[in-house]
Amino acid sequence: MKYLIVMHVDPTVLEHLTDEQQQAIGEGHAAFMAKTKESGEFISTQALGDPSRSKVVRSNGVEPEVTDGPFVEAKEFLGGFYLVDVEDEARAIELAKQIPDARIPGLALEVRPVVFADLGND
Amino acid sequence: MRESESAWRELAPRTLARLLRSYGNDQFELCEDAVQDALVDAHRQWQGQLPDDPQAWLATVARRRYVDRVRADARRRERETRSTRLEAPLVHDTPDSDSIHDDDALLVLQLCCHPRLPRSAQVALTLRAVAGLTTRQIANAYQLPEATIAQRITRAKRRLTELDRVFPKPHDAVERLASVLDVLYVMFTEAHHTTSGAPAQDTDLAAEAIHLARLLRQAVPDSTEAAGLLALMLLTEARHPARIGPRGQLIPLDEQDRQRWHRPFIDEGLALLDDVAPGARPGPYLLQACIAGLHAAAPDTEATDWSEIHALYTVLEHQTGGRNPTITLNRIVAQSVVTGPADALSALAALAQEHPHLPRLASVRAHLLERSDRPDEAISAYRQAIAATVNVAEQQYLRDRLRRLAR
Repeated sequence: MKYLIVMHVDPTVLEHLTDEQQQAIGEGHAAFMAKTKESGEFISTQALGDPSRSKVVRSNGVEPEVTDGPFVEAKEFLGGFYLVDVEDEARAIELAKQIPDARIPGLALEVRPVVFADLGND
Repeated sequence: MRESESAWRELAPRTLARLLRSYGNDQFELCEDAVQDALVDAHRQWQGQLPDDPQAWLATVARRRYVDRVRADARRRERETRSTRLEAPLVHDTPDSDSIHDDDALLVLQLCCHPRLPRSAQVALTLRAVAGLTTRQIANAYQLPEATIAQRITRAKRRLTELDRVFPKPHDAVERLASVLDVLYVMFTEAHHTTSGAPAQDTDLAAEAIHLARLLRQAVPDSTEAAGLLALMLLTEARHPARIGPRGQLIPLDEQDRQRWHRPFIDEGLALLDDVAPGARPGPYLLQACIAGLHAAAPDTEATDWSEIHALYTVLEHQTGGRNPTITLNRIVAQSVVTGPADALSALAALAQEHPHLPRLASVRAHLLERSDRPDEAISAYRQAIAATVNVAEQQYLRDRLRRLAR
């Protein structure tokens, strides 16, 4: 069963991290990737650019219209994700807890099931 | 799966069993790699043109590859000792053991389905070592990167080496049979999950699972559960062509065009049941096969023997000690046809108390409410059901019902 572990980040929280916290996050993610790769649960991970770089395409009722900026105005935004393949939801949550963001107040991880996947294998 | 390929892939577990007999079970990892190498060679060289003795060809190449791998593995401590053993012929090559071992497939199945391995590892390993699929084909079937599957297989093989240094003797058959049956059934049900609403896959997991269930049936002809599993798969797979609509939506049993059911599988499944069911003390797979048989034998939903189906589910529920809520849910569905939706709805409420997140519970509830002429409650139950399911084909179907009702 595939799950997307979505990393919700808050720029003000990131600004106020101590050097130790910053380092712990970097090392924690590297360790998390190594561990899930070793267990055969890792599929992929992506970190996303700042939402100020976003363009939004949506219908204005007649045709697609392009606007600047994030889809919704919010304090937290989608910072990136891990895609994993695990036995069940309990294991996905267990993994999410091991991501260093889970120990930083103000950051959060969202665990959601994937209902369709095409990884482009031929 | 092409005909010729399926024929020679059956040789994979036999070849592996021969290597393991010669070199020992603690060599599982290297032996399995060697067989896989040999299969890749066969794939490349045979091109539909089988050699005179494919089994001997594979065994020879696999053995050569094993030798290469051991020699290349400079870190191996027992290297010198092993080198001497390598010069000895395969156990199978000696004149007194010339016959093909019927239990070879079973032995390798038992190894791959070791109860201490995680389910996903058992499945991946079985598909590779017994079904003879490549890592790439398995990755394809599950829409996972090749690296993920490769890592899973490597880890499973390491774990096996730690767990089980003795190649299991045939008298272990019964002990691990339950695990083998479950692994094959999971493989089969996952096939329906991954194919529903998704683009056609190269690797047909359902066909692989049926192929393996046939191997198992041959290996343990006295097991009514192995026969039951094969019959259950055949009778379920027979309905597959009628199960998914043109837009990828699920078509429920009562709306299926039964002309589109795959007749040869139904005939084979029913014949198998006629063979083994009378007088058997039925286990869970045989019981489920009997239920599938009642559906398969009926011309339509009205003519189906629902009270017999209800009775069989009740036995199944008792036999599994009520530990499987999906069986209870199915029993309630049968009950609703026999005694009407009102009783079934209250039975469902009790089940929901204990298992609020049970798959399909919300959609069964929505159906029963619709049949009870309670459209507003049915609409909100359909919405819940859509949110609860992770199956795209089922979501499509439920949305169709919801739209029809909300109109």
